[in-house]
Amino acid sequence: MIAEIGHFSLILALAIALVQAVLPMAGAARGNAAWMATAAPAALMQLACIATAFGCLMYSFVISDFTVANVVQNSNSLQPMIYKVSATWGNHEGSMVLWVLILAVFGAMVAAFGRNLPPSLKARVLSVQSMVGVGFLLFILLTSNPFERVFPAPLDGRDLNPLLQDPGLAFHPPMLYIGYVGFSMAFSFAIAALIEGKVDAAWARWVRPWTLVAWSFLTAGIGLGAWWAYYELGWGGWWYWDPVENASFMPWLVGTALLHSSIIVEKRDALKTWTVLLAILTFSLSLIGTFLVRSGVLTSVHAFATDPERGVFILLLLVIAIGGSLALYAWRAPRLKGGGLFAPISREGALVLNNLLLTTAAATVFIGTLYPLFLEAIGGGKVSVGPPFFNATFVPLMIPLILALGVGPMLGWKRGDLIGAVARLKFAFAFTLSVAVVAAYISWGRSIFGVLGLTLAGWLAGCVLVEFGARIGLTRVGGGDVLRRMAGLPRAAMGMTIAHLGFAITVAGASGASLWQDEVIQFLRPGETLSIVEYDFTLRSVDTVQGPNYTAQRGIFTVRHDGAVVTTLAPERRRYVVTGTETTEAALYTQWYADLYAVIGKGDDKGAWTVHLFFKPLVPWIWGGTLLMVFGGFVSLSDRRLRIGAPTARRTAAHADPAAQPAE
Amino acid sequence: MPRILFIAPLLLFAIVAAYLAIGLTKNARILPSALLDQPVPSFDLPPLKNDKPGLATADLQGDVMLVNVFASWCVPCRAEHPLLMQMTHDKTVPIIGLNWKDKKADARAWLAELGDPYTRIGHDPSGRAGIEWGVYGVPETYVIDRGGRIRYKHVGPMFREVLTETVLPLIKELRK
Repeated sequence: MIAEIGHFSLILALAIALVQAVLPMAGAARGNAAWMATAAPAALMQLACIATAFGCLMYSFVISDFTVANVVQNSNSLQPMIYKVSATWGNHEGSMVLWVLILAVFGAMVAAFGRNLPPSLKARVLSVQSMVGVGFLLFILLTSNPFERVFPAPLDGRDLNPLLQDPGLAFHPPMLYIGYVGFSMAFSFAIAALIEGKVDAAWARWVRPWTLVAWSFLTAGIGLGAWWAYYELGWGGWWYWDPVENASFMPWLVGTALLHSSIIVEKRDALKTWTVLLAILTFSLSLIGTFLVRSGVLTSVHAFATDPERGVFILLLLVIAIGGSLALYAWRAPRLKGGGLFAPISREGALVLNNLLLTTAAATVFIGTLYPLFLEAIGGGKVSVGPPFFNATFVPLMIPLILALGVGPMLGWKRGDLIGAVARLKFAFAFTLSVAVVAAYISWGRSIFGVLGLTLAGWLAGCVLVEFGARIGLTRVGGGDVLRRMAGLPRAAMGMTIAHLGFAITVAGASGASLWQDEVIQFLRPGETLSIVEYDFTLRSVDTVQGPNYTAQRGIFTVRHDGAVVTTLAPERRRYVVTGTETTEAALYTQWYADLYAVIGKGDDKGAWTVHLFFKPLVPWIWGGTLLMVFGGFVSLSDRRLRIGAPTARRTAAHADPAAQPAE
Repeated sequence: MPRILFIAPLLLFAIVAAYLAIGLTKNARILPSALLDQPVPSFDLPPLKNDKPGLATADLQGDVMLVNVFASWCVPCRAEHPLLMQMTHDKTVPIIGLNWKDKKADARAWLAELGDPYTRIGHDPSGRAGIEWGVYGVPETYVIDRGGRIRYKHVGPMFREVLTETVLPLIKELRK
């Protein structure tokens, strides 16, 4: 019964979405206010229906209703409750429902809080948003019904993929989807603007907060995914250039470009057609990401069960959505009037360079991901890509990006003074030099790239600090004034500083992690000791442990440094009962500058166990830097100027700083 | 700005969409016809480990074998590895390793940790032999008959279903 309610709600949502897609758009074209006014209530009703459907699906998982095929395939009665819940979106069908749910939430937010939007723009935005919804609801209902029943019902389910039974991965998809789908807002605004024929500073002020929300969540989602890969897959890597990872990384790169170019539209009224194009491209890449994962076009371990029929449907959706919007762009964009002019050396110029490098980087990842496919299509098939390709193409693009990122914020709008800016960066140069010397000393003869990476990170961090120092008048005014200036700094500027600093820290972490790690691997008997970088790991015992739906071999290590006990680590090797799959649960000990990482492998039947130990320098910085980037995004979001059209931010800002705005 | 710049994104997308459409109609897991039933390409690779021989064209004659292309940096290789270990343990079929675009130390550590299912392993750090084989990603698995011909190719991690439904019956038939 519950499943049927869910199914019915989805059908109802489709009907509402159809109305919402057509009526407001027609109303905006004819100037019919009543038709336009249907958009907001329709968006709210659509959300109610989809939320009901999602709730029904989750309920089926929670009570382990094995008459529902989807529950049978992805859950098991022994599974802990948190994974019963997360199994709702840990499969193709359920994740699509989550996808449209988030789409509807964004639509409803515009409907409920976008009171200050011009009515025709609001109607068109909601209509475009709903068109996307129609496509995906049709896709779910026609090819991927999550509420299908099985008869006769089996006694128990087949268990969620054990790799997904992990707290990190339980929350990875929702974050990622808020990011992906959040870019639909920028997309809808871009399409609406193309139809209206008007892009101005006010438009950019509405688009920016939505892009910031999406960007922040996508950053968090990607970071969470990398973190999960790091500790769950058990061999210490954190980024593999896997097609599915790339699928989330491409919208991030182009979305980052969009974030920056919309600043130019807002402040300088320039670069409009480019920004609209970026908005379309960002969401298009989110859609293509969805396609890659689900269509069976590319092979990947992450891939959901694939089905050619679904692939054809998604491809059709892509052609209509992306092809349609790009055709609209080709037709309407030339009519958008350009605005302010600027010299190549200027803040705008630096942001354009940022955009070019980021989009080129995204294009590189795109080619690397789809290359095997392209060559096969023309009958070649003799090509290979992998991390070697991306290291050779993507990494070099990051070098000028980081160099320019340091100087860019120091340049003035319209016409900048490069020599003056560089002169003001004396401290940054000194800082960079000292980082380079230290890095070279540590890794002499080991890795020139590690030195380069750390030096670049040092440069960026130095520049960010100099710029921040200049803004708060560190060298010019007294201590009290500095604090007052810091408090009075626009939140957007504060967010920029935090996010850029976070990026520098992530770059440092990535350089250290990929270049200076140490590892040992050896058979070890209980009582024996293995050493890595001044740490001694003694294997005390290996015990068999019974989990709720798995059995595990758990090794207990005592870790000593100079004879003093540092910590105890307990890595596991789990075998899940239902599927027979084995997973490794690495054990980590994190210090501010490095991780100790232990994995226990197979036994040799004679009482010895394979033990794999890593010393991972700077890896914690990757996560710390990512968190800072996300935090910077939210700080920027709380900026007063952006709160127009971004009601969620208004509330968080009001909570954080109620005294600052007594009039509201 | 010239009008063509505004139309270019649409044209580029049309090309991408065409490729995706072709990609959909082809099953990516099936061997490009060019190599099917052909003798294995000629190549000669040094050994990966000191106690195990390397791999050359002449080694792939005389028995039905699997050639598995793997790398330590490859995620799906980890996923299929237990299955290969089990096949070697059950003495199902000799499995030959082609270690592709990998560092020697990394690959050895990888095998030491997960177990080594291979009877011999060729080390191909540059990916040169991989090009001869038409490898376009790891893992890939080839079925070689007694005459040293490629009879089947599976792209991506080996799944139990593929193994029992396609690969094992094929091996049985080739052994007759």
